[in-house]
Amino acid sequence: MVVGCLEGDCHYVSGNIRAKARVKRVYGILDRIKIGPDRIRMYNLSAGEGSKFAAYANEFVEKVRELGPSPINLVRAGQARAVSQKEAT
Amino acid sequence: MITGTPKPIEEIMEMVEPYDNIILAGCHGCVTVCRVGGEKEVQVLASTLRLAREAGGRTIKIREVSLERQCDPEYVEQMRPYVGDYQAVLSIACGAGIQFLAEKFTTTPLLPGINTGFLGVTERQGEWSERCQGCGDCVLHLTGGICPVTRCAKSLFHGPCGGSVQGICEVDKSVKCGWQLIIDRLKALNQMENYTKFKPFKGWSTARDGGPRRIIREDMI
Amino acid sequence: MKSGSNLEKVLAAGHFSVTAECGPPRGADPDIVRKKAAFVKGNVDACNVTDNQTSVVRMSSLAGCLLIKELGVEPLIQMVVRDRNRIALQSDLLGASAMGVRNILCLSGDHQKFGDDPQAKNVFDIDSMQFIHLVRLMRDEGTFPSGKKLEGAPKFFIGCAVNPFADPFEIRVPRLKMKVTAGADFVQTQCIYNMKKFKEYMELAKREGLHEKVKILAGVTPLKSAGMAKFMRKMVAGMDIPEEVIARIAAEPKDKQADKGIEMCIEQIQELKEMEGISGVHVMAIEWEEKLAEIIGGAGLLPRPVVE
Repeated sequence: MVVGCLEGDCHYVSGNIRAKARVKRVYGILDRIKIGPDRIRMYNLSAGEGSKFAAYANEFVEKVRELGPSPINLVRAGQARAVSQKEAT
Repeated sequence: MITGTPKPIEEIMEMVEPYDNIILAGCHGCVTVCRVGGEKEVQVLASTLRLAREAGGRTIKIREVSLERQCDPEYVEQMRPYVGDYQAVLSIACGAGIQFLAEKFTTTPLLPGINTGFLGVTERQGEWSERCQGCGDCVLHLTGGICPVTRCAKSLFHGPCGGSVQGICEVDKSVKCGWQLIIDRLKALNQMENYTKFKPFKGWSTARDGGPRRIIREDMI
Repeated sequence: MKSGSNLEKVLAAGHFSVTAECGPPRGADPDIVRKKAAFVKGNVDACNVTDNQTSVVRMSSLAGCLLIKELGVEPLIQMVVRDRNRIALQSDLLGASAMGVRNILCLSGDHQKFGDDPQAKNVFDIDSMQFIHLVRLMRDEGTFPSGKKLEGAPKFFIGCAVNPFADPFEIRVPRLKMKVTAGADFVQTQCIYNMKKFKEYMELAKREGLHEKVKILAGVTPLKSAGMAKFMRKMVAGMDIPEEVIARIAAEPKDKQADKGIEMCIEQIQELKEMEGISGVHVMAIEWEEKLAEIIGGAGLLPRPVVE
C-alpha cells in the first residue's frame, strides 16, 4: 500500500504525481509477469486524515484477503507440502 | 549518450529459460543517464525476474552487478574472478558493452537485456532524442549545428523535401523537419548562404557503410 | 538539343506542352500499362511513368517506359533516390538511355513508411539535387563522377519536381534556383488547387528569371469528387486545397461531381495557358486516364504538335 499526499498538496510539490506514475509502472510489470497488479495500490491522503487512513488500510487488507495467497505464496506452500510429504515417507 | 529501451520481459524470460544462476550486469555510463541499464534498473529487473520465475514454480539466482563501464577492459576484468561461477550474463548495457563482455568471457553466454538505440541527448527527464549517426565526416559547421544526416528522415543535403508541412516531417507528427530547423538556425546566425551552397556527394565510406570501423591513435600505442 | 526528346523539341519550338502520368500496376501484367498508354497516346508530348510512388511496390518505371514506348508514347522516366544508391542510379541511367528513354524526372521519393514495406532499409545515398547534378554531368561531360570516360554518354532532358505549397514557402523558389543551377531543364510542379498561392510563387520565380532558364510545367489533377478532395487535403503531405475549391465541387449532387471536376480542371488549364512563365501543363489524372482526351481537348490543346 503506497500512500501519498492529496494531489496539489504535496510537500515536495510533485512527488506524489511521480509516485503515482511509478506505482502504475509496477502494476504493469506485475501484470505482465502474471502476479497480478491488485496487490499494490496507491492512496492519497493528508497527514491529518487518520481515520481515513485506518479505513483505507482495512479496505486494502480485506481486498488482499479476498484475493487469497499470492501466486508465489501458493507455489511456496505447494513446495513446502511436497517437501514435508517427502519427509514423512 | 548511447540510449536504449528495455527488452520486453517475456523476451528476457525466454532468453534466461535454460538458466538458474546468472549475473545481471548494469553500467554506470550512458545507460544510467537514460535510465535503462543502471544500478537501479538492475535491481528492478532482478526483482522482476525472481518474482516471475517463482510464480512459475522455479527459482533463479541472480547476482546483481553494476560496472563503471562495460566498454573498457579494466572494469570488465573486475568480473573475471567470479564470472565462471555463473551460467550466463544478462547485460543491460549498450550493445558495445554486451559484446565486449562476450569477447572477454568467451565461455559464458551473453544475453542482451536492452535494445540499444541511438546517440542522443536528454530533452527532459524521461525523453531522449537522436542527434548523431556517427557518419565520420561532420558538417555541423555548415548547417547551423543541426545534422542533416540524422535529423532529416531522408538524410537530404539540400532539403527540405516537399513533404515538410509547418515544420513537421512527413514521417510522423512528433518529428520536426530537420531542414526547417536548419533553415531557422541559419537565418538566426545570418548564414543563409550556407543553405544555397551546392554540397557534393556525401562520402559514406567513413560511416558504417564502409565496414566496421576502427580508430588508432599512434601516439598512444 | 540536349537530348533530342519530343518534349524538348515541342518546348523549344515555343508550344505550350502537355505531359501526363501513368502509374504502373501492382503486378507483372503488361496489359494494364498498355491500356493506360492507349488513353494517353496522341494527347501528350511525353508521359511520366512513376517510380514506386508513396513507397508502394509497383512494376518498375523503366519497364513501364519501355511498354509505352512500344506503343508510340514518348516516355518520361521517374527515378527516386529513396531505394537506389549512386551505383544503381548511374547504372539505371545508362540502361534507360540505351533503351531510348530521353526524359527523366529526378526525385527524392516519399519515405518508405508510407508503403507496404516500412521495414525496408532507407537508402538516400545522394539526394535529388545531387542526382540532377549527376545526370547533367554524365550527359554533358560524358564521364562518371570519378572522371572516367563513359562508353556513350546518356542523353536526357532533365526534370525536377517542386512543391510550391510545402513549407517553408520562403525557400521554395531558392530551391528551384538550386535545381536549375544543378542542371534541371524542366520542372513539373505538385498539383495546384490554390492558384493564388501558385501565382505568388511564380512572381518570386520570375523575379529570379527562372522562367527563362527552365521550362515550368504546372501540375493539375482533376477531382473526381468532393470526397477525393477532402481525402487528399487530409492525407497527402504538402497538398493545399482551398475551401472554395472543395465547396464548388461539393455543391454538385454526387453523380455530377466528376463532371464538375473535369470542368474545373479545364478552366484551370486555360488560366495556366495565359500565365507568363508557364511553358506547359502536367495532367495527373490518376486512375482516370480515360478522361485525358476530354480534359486536354477541352482546354484547346489538341492535336499535339509534331516537331521534327
